[in-house]
Amino acid sequence: MDNILKDIIKNYHEKAGNIISLLQETQDAFGYIPREAVDFYSQELHIAGSRFYGVATFYSQFRLKPTGKNKIVACCGTACHVRGSEKIINGLKRELGLTEDEDTSQDGEFTLEKVACLGTCSFAPVVLINGSIYGKTGTETVLKEIRKLEKGK
Amino acid sequence: MVIRVCMGPAGIAAGGKEVLDAFRQCLSEAGISAEVKEHCSSHQVGCIGLCAKDVLVEVHKNGNKTTYQYVKPDMVERIVSEHVIGDTPVQEWLADSDCENFYRKQVKVVLSDCGRLDPEDIDAYIAAGGYEPTREVLATWIPDDVIEEIKASGIRGRGGAGFPTGLKWELARRSKGTKKYLICNADEGDPGAFMDRAVIEGNPHSVIEGMLIGAFAIGADKGYVYIRAEYPLAVERLKLAIKQAYERRFLGEDIFNTNFRFDIEIKLGAGAFVCGEETALIASIEGQRGMPRPKPPFPVNRGLWQKPTVINNVETLANIPYIIRGGSARYASLGTEKSKGTKVFALTGKIKNTGLIEVPMGISLREIIYDIGGGIEGGKPLKAVQTGGPSGGCIPASMLDLNVDYESLASVGSIVGSGGMIVLDEDNCMVNMAKYFIQFTQSESCGKCVPCRVGTKRLLEILDRITRGEGKEDDMELLEKLSNGIKSASLCGLGQTAPNPVLSTLKYFREEYKAHIRDKKCPAMVCKELLTYSINEEVCKGCGACLKACPAGAISGAKKKPHKINADICIRCGACFDVCKFKSVGRE
Repeated sequence: MDNILKDIIKNYHEKAGNIISLLQETQDAFGYIPREAVDFYSQELHIAGSRFYGVATFYSQFRLKPTGKNKIVACCGTACHVRGSEKIINGLKRELGLTEDEDTSQDGEFTLEKVACLGTCSFAPVVLINGSIYGKTGTETVLKEIRKLEKGK
Repeated sequence: MVIRVCMGPAGIAAGGKEVLDAFRQCLSEAGISAEVKEHCSSHQVGCIGLCAKDVLVEVHKNGNKTTYQYVKPDMVERIVSEHVIGDTPVQEWLADSDCENFYRKQVKVVLSDCGRLDPEDIDAYIAAGGYEPTREVLATWIPDDVIEEIKASGIRGRGGAGFPTGLKWELARRSKGTKKYLICNADEGDPGAFMDRAVIEGNPHSVIEGMLIGAFAIGADKGYVYIRAEYPLAVERLKLAIKQAYERRFLGEDIFNTNFRFDIEIKLGAGAFVCGEETALIASIEGQRGMPRPKPPFPVNRGLWQKPTVINNVETLANIPYIIRGGSARYASLGTEKSKGTKVFALTGKIKNTGLIEVPMGISLREIIYDIGGGIEGGKPLKAVQTGGPSGGCIPASMLDLNVDYESLASVGSIVGSGGMIVLDEDNCMVNMAKYFIQFTQSESCGKCVPCRVGTKRLLEILDRITRGEGKEDDMELLEKLSNGIKSASLCGLGQTAPNPVLSTLKYFREEYKAHIRDKKCPAMVCKELLTYSINEEVCKGCGACLKACPAGAISGAKKKPHKINADICIRCGACFDVCKFKSVGRE
């Protein structure tokens, strides 16, 4: 991890104000913002860790915990909402045993992410499972795919 | 001979890439005569518009355009052999009359080149007259001429608030200081809107050109495009377009051999709706939490790094080359007295022809929904149209003859907004819609000012209890009072407009609120806490589908015998209702 962090920070010694881009690069590398990364940047750049966390928790793109092996993205845009995405999300949460604020299942297999709009409203409601798109879908279809993945693990 | 495959967001989702590959493969292997092959190119284009019928493919042959709908890779071979090689279009796959109606009432200005030009090819853009307006402006105009021309065109900001663009430029021009910035706001955070994304993916050079002309007018030498990281394709295409523009020296130093210099840098947004607000966006570019600050001072006086800054929306900028090329009078001939030009809308929801449309300002909602949109999908009656996303309102079906322009929509409690237009039918609960939007604004509220941070939270709690059947008699008055307080006391546009979905549904759908509060019923059958499910034993075949689907184990019954739902265990998820093929599961 150290080498990756050193590599990322190289460009930021000069323009230290650019916390957002720095965190974006970090998340690209690790999939989330590890605590070690923030500690490291904080020391190197002489910026308080709280400022990094301030930015990281403000923007929905950043996550402080690793994602599960399989990534499910459920669109919560308005078009998806009026065509029943709420039902699908409730079904998924039930299936994965997620409580209100959790997004990753206990066994670390699945992460359920909600996004505001994928821009494919003509296929509403839309769910992405590991990058494959399921459009005009229903709870049953999505759950079937999830169960397939569960079996294959 | 050109074959165009729609590669907009929906086109790609429907398998556009596979169709494109199939065409490439079929054309190269199917033994097409050399003559055809030479002129034959299939290239990817941005959004053609009618996303509901994707993948759309246009075959341009001998000056004729033929459009195919719902194209799948396995259909390509036949299209190539019968239409491309032979000369007979495959009749049964042709786009139907919906397609023709969809385009008939539209006027394409911003989207005119989307779906026609290859967005990754700057030469195609130049060949179509691109960058000529910039050259003309830089070489022969003075900045004040540009401002006058834009003012005369009457164009107003397309990001939502509708501030006159020419006036904004003039204020920035007059603002003291030598260093000025122009920012293109492509942080399209409105859920259910993808216009800006489509413009950047379909015609990125028009946005760059708009920025160049704007920068010349206000005297900026540096521009930023603030774009959502969630739009990877748009980012990629924009990067490529900027690189190409630098190579042609349309960006950088001494543009068109004048002493004008302009650089563009891309800044990736990190997913915060409030960053659509100008001062919050500036804070975000500066690398901080995207929180707004009180205005004045306005960004045109003190913006990015305390320097005069103009922030324009993507669609606004994409209009600029058109205005310069054809003159302000041509542009001003479109639209109404106070709202000029066209507006792009993302038409979605319960509508037949979902897609991206561009219409002249002042067109009626009825024309959009029934002529362009082809009416309601599924045949249920229209209930309302939601415009303006979380800052807008729901317009009831009785007001369909309303004109779509800034003033008319504001007069009924909604806004044009960035251009989301969501059609709702009788199956949509208006209390639930209000709750949905408040949920969104509440979680996106930055928390800086109390009316927005606490107010939206309280709104959500009240709406939540109403949808759970625990609403109180005076909740409607409380919602109204609270909403008006939030509107007048919030710091920025997010809070000032957040209550609009609540106020407009309260105004036009009061009976529905009453049904939830007094009768504990949801007329649209959406609010699950207010529903009860039961099985009609006479219709039930005992197939067991519901029993298997029920996640709570609330359904019992022997095979081939009518099943029963235990209401005490039932979690009202509706899974049984969805799977029953015999419609024996009822809900009320």
